[in-house]
Amino acid sequence: MTTVTTGTAAYRGSTVPASVSIATITARNLRRLFRVPTLLVFATVQPVLFVLLFTYAFGGAIHVPGVTHYIDYLLPGIFVLAIGFGASQTGVAIAEDLTTGMIDRFRSLPISATAVLAGRVAADALRNLFVVALMIGVGAAIGFRFHAGPAAALAAVALAIATGLVLSWLNLLLGLVVRDPESAGLAGLFPIIILFFTSSTLVPVATMPGWLQAFAKANPITVITGALRALCLGGPTTRPVLEAAAWLLGLLAVTVPAAIASYRHATSA
Amino acid sequence: MADAAVVAEGLGKRFGPVAALDGVDLELPASGVLGVLGPNGAGKTTMVRILATLLRPDRGRAWVAGFDVAKNPAAVRRLIGLSGQYAAVDPFLTGRENLVMIGRLYGLTRRQARSRAGELIGRLELDSAAGRLVRTYSGGMRRRLDVAASLLAAPVVLFLDEPTTGLDPRGRLALWQVLNDLTAQGTSLLLTTQYIEEAERVAGTVVIIDHGKVIASGTPDQLKTRAGGDRLDLQASPGQDLHKLAAVLAPLAAADPAVDETAGRVTLPVADGAQILPEVATRLAAAGLHVAALALRRPTLEEAFLSYTGQPAAGPPAEPVQLEHAARRTR
Repeated sequence: MTTVTTGTAAYRGSTVPASVSIATITARNLRRLFRVPTLLVFATVQPVLFVLLFTYAFGGAIHVPGVTHYIDYLLPGIFVLAIGFGASQTGVAIAEDLTTGMIDRFRSLPISATAVLAGRVAADALRNLFVVALMIGVGAAIGFRFHAGPAAALAAVALAIATGLVLSWLNLLLGLVVRDPESAGLAGLFPIIILFFTSSTLVPVATMPGWLQAFAKANPITVITGALRALCLGGPTTRPVLEAAAWLLGLLAVTVPAAIASYRHATSA
Repeated sequence: MADAAVVAEGLGKRFGPVAALDGVDLELPASGVLGVLGPNGAGKTTMVRILATLLRPDRGRAWVAGFDVAKNPAAVRRLIGLSGQYAAVDPFLTGRENLVMIGRLYGLTRRQARSRAGELIGRLELDSAAGRLVRTYSGGMRRRLDVAASLLAAPVVLFLDEPTTGLDPRGRLALWQVLNDLTAQGTSLLLTTQYIEEAERVAGTVVIIDHGKVIASGTPDQLKTRAGGDRLDLQASPGQDLHKLAAVLAPLAAADPAVDETAGRVTLPVADGAQILPEVATRLAAAGLHVAALALRRPTLEEAFLSYTGQPAAGPPAEPVQLEHAARRTR
């Protein structure tokens, strides 16, 4: 009797190459993006609403010294807000995969522990690229312009995407630790909302009461938004960009190993 | 051991104060089928998770196709298929997309994954639904798709955790057919089940586990024999007092007779059925009792399970009615 495996050529060599497994998981998540209404809204309607709402609701009242159009001041910070809200869905999705047994299945396959997480982060990065482009388009229609040249503009987009990578890893970790999809969504949104309103995104830190200023200046959203603004509006960029990079690398150094370690032991029930 | 598909030695796993597994030994011979039978919470799922490299045991060791599951999980994963307790399929992909995705993650080429997915869709009778989002599937269809996913890479050892829970009788028969074909081709299969019929139908060897321990193992035949002697079924004629019937024959029984009021039947566990039959007839005549039918048979696996665990395995309904009676009585 011949063995059953000969005809079907199952992969018996070694672990499936990371390029194949990550691409497969990325494709799965991109398909879901178009088919799950919540995800589509988080990637399209919400970023547009954020740009329009904050520009028209706050724009009339807020005058930032040295800035002619409030949208120029606002938009870089809104990148972070929209990406942060979108990232909360990553925590929801991984918690769902955990509770429905998808992770049990993935973990029984000959793929590396990072493939499922990296495929998710890669799909998020592609979505974020679309989200940022969409917001730039809507912003441009109501007066937003890059003032520091195309290289700086590209660097701003890259920094926004890098911020998304960090937030995706953070939310993967939250989802794997919290385990319940709804709680994971809240756990992802809560810090973004708190940090957003105590940052320089809507108003300059100097307008805040003194006790809040210290917190607002150290707030990573202030630091990252500051770097994005420097790249969009002009002015010195080296120091703000390095500070932002330090925050992002520091967070990656914690969240990536922690998320992978949680995944390695994750099973349903 | 080289020939065994799965070997477990003294597997133990605790979750807090609960010992989910408490020293389990078992062996699945290559190309064999092992049925793990036990009530809910017996430790069946924990055992499958350890063997499929998802959980690490606290103590004991296990090998799948010769590879230590704790020391070489990557090697084990290349050789196994797993269908867990939940249907682990993506509701927002179609059935076919789910299978192609899993095939790619098993290392099949795109072309292989597609052709294999098509083949399994046919075998599990999912043709008409293959292009629909899984979100629209019934529970039974999801279950079959999940089993198909576990078969994509033609695994050497297949683990199925309660594969037919939630399937209708037709889906169950179709799945059993697929499993029989697979094992005929040399796949080793370990399946857990709450259904006696399934263990008997599919498995060459059965282990009964309860409270994290193996309490009996053997072929279904051996288990029935060890459950003790034969069973004598007496179908009472209408109007006969079943309890009187049971009382009259009790001295001949090896254990307490079981009275089934609904079926109008008394079942006697007997040590040597053939020898006591004349005595049964004599006693019935002396007591003026009539039976419509009388049959001597081996115990069912269900009765064996009951005698080992002290509680019935899940079977086809009828239980809810009894529960209702019990509830009324306690009120």
